[in-house]
Amino acid sequence: MSDLRETPLYELHVALGAKMVSFAGYAMPVQYPMGVMKEHIHTREKAGLFDVSHMGQVILQGDDYAQAALALETLVPVDVLGLPEGRQRYGFFTNDQGGIMDDLMLANRGDHIYVVVNAGCKAADIAHMQDGLDGIRVTEITDRALLALQGPAAERVLSTLNPAVADMRFMDVATHDLNGAECWISRSGYTGEDGFEISVPVGDAKALAEALLAHEDVAPIGLGARDSLRLESGLCLYGHDIDAETTPVEAALTWAIQKVRRTGGERAGGFPGSAVILEALTQGATRKRVGLLPQGRAPMREGVPLFADEQGGSQIGKITSGGFGPTVGHPIALGYVGADYTAHGTILYGELRGKRLPLTVAPLPFNPPNFKR
Amino acid sequence: MKYTEEHEWLRVEGDNIVVGITEHATSQLGDIVFVELPEVGATVSKDDEIVVIESVKAASDITAPLDGEIVAVNEALGDNPALANEDATGEGWFFKIKPSNPSQMDDYMDEDAYKAMIG
Repeated sequence: MSDLRETPLYELHVALGAKMVSFAGYAMPVQYPMGVMKEHIHTREKAGLFDVSHMGQVILQGDDYAQAALALETLVPVDVLGLPEGRQRYGFFTNDQGGIMDDLMLANRGDHIYVVVNAGCKAADIAHMQDGLDGIRVTEITDRALLALQGPAAERVLSTLNPAVADMRFMDVATHDLNGAECWISRSGYTGEDGFEISVPVGDAKALAEALLAHEDVAPIGLGARDSLRLESGLCLYGHDIDAETTPVEAALTWAIQKVRRTGGERAGGFPGSAVILEALTQGATRKRVGLLPQGRAPMREGVPLFADEQGGSQIGKITSGGFGPTVGHPIALGYVGADYTAHGTILYGELRGKRLPLTVAPLPFNPPNFKR
Repeated sequence: MKYTEEHEWLRVEGDNIVVGITEHATSQLGDIVFVELPEVGATVSKDDEIVVIESVKAASDITAPLDGEIVAVNEALGDNPALANEDATGEGWFFKIKPSNPSQMDDYMDEDAYKAMIG
């Protein structure tokens, strides 16, 4: 793995016995000796510590927040201007066809916007912002690691380092001292659990991770469980459930497009692909992302074709993420189906190893969220 | 006990051979969540893909190590596929095969050779 980049926690992962794999150009822990299943359940029941330092952290700075916000609104269909100081919001970059270039988190940190993007897309995202944001300074933050502490015990554990974090609500952002380091903290994550994402100076990252891991409720969690946790929570993985060919309407992410950016809103449109996306918002899409529950025990994974009938007929959709849900205790999947097949309870068939096996269109998320609103 | 390069173990039990996968294989696969077994009574040929194992990570196939007839499968794996992780060479067995050509067993490694292979 010599060509791979390492996060500031690489040596800690190895010391903890992690199995390291290549992910988005980085050597990352896919699992620790506990194993994916137990890591997943530990996060749902106590707290898991994730190294997400491979993700891109970017600061956008204009004359003031409003200037940066209005500039960013030309790239995302999100209400950035109306986001209050100290708050974070989910969004995505769209392309001219209305497809999704990447999904991201953006935060109003007073005089600037703090953006977190996916590792695999970060070079393209940064170039896209540098090209597209006139008069805005786009700075990739490379001197900070990013940790996520997720699970019902996260607040209790993090409060031992600084009680102020307990006052944060879901999607709040704040700067607090943790273990002697100035940390940019958000109360969010991608597991469906309450928790925090913590941007910490590189030189302080290992000591902070070790201080968190010293707590009996905290275990290190790898990418394997990160994937099963987000899947159980119905959250999209970029490059799988959403991509440049998928619009936010098809992806059932329209909740992230606030009214002010929609037709009739004060700042309607003005982002790449807005004509396509705004029309789809009123007309609906020909296919849509849904939750799917295989009726048997066999997991159905990415790429499994979906049919309306047990025999014959043409393909009406496909699975984009699938696997076993350790907390729900059965296989689960996300996929796209034609607009006629999106009603909950619809029985479809996935073709697995030459056999068509039934699955049911089901509401998302599979596992109820546990946020502190 | 004999071993295949595909990390199956084979144990003689009277006229039959009990087949499962090794601890080394289960630790590589991770937590096993589903095992699809062949039908009892099926006639299989060596190298036929007859078992599908799904772990939390991926699906993998297990091939028949011998020509013969499947005389039993481990139904307990249906309810508790984790048995294959917990007791790979005992309660986690997959199927029993009655070989039509028992000399095929000679093709496989003994324990020392298998241990040398997995390092």
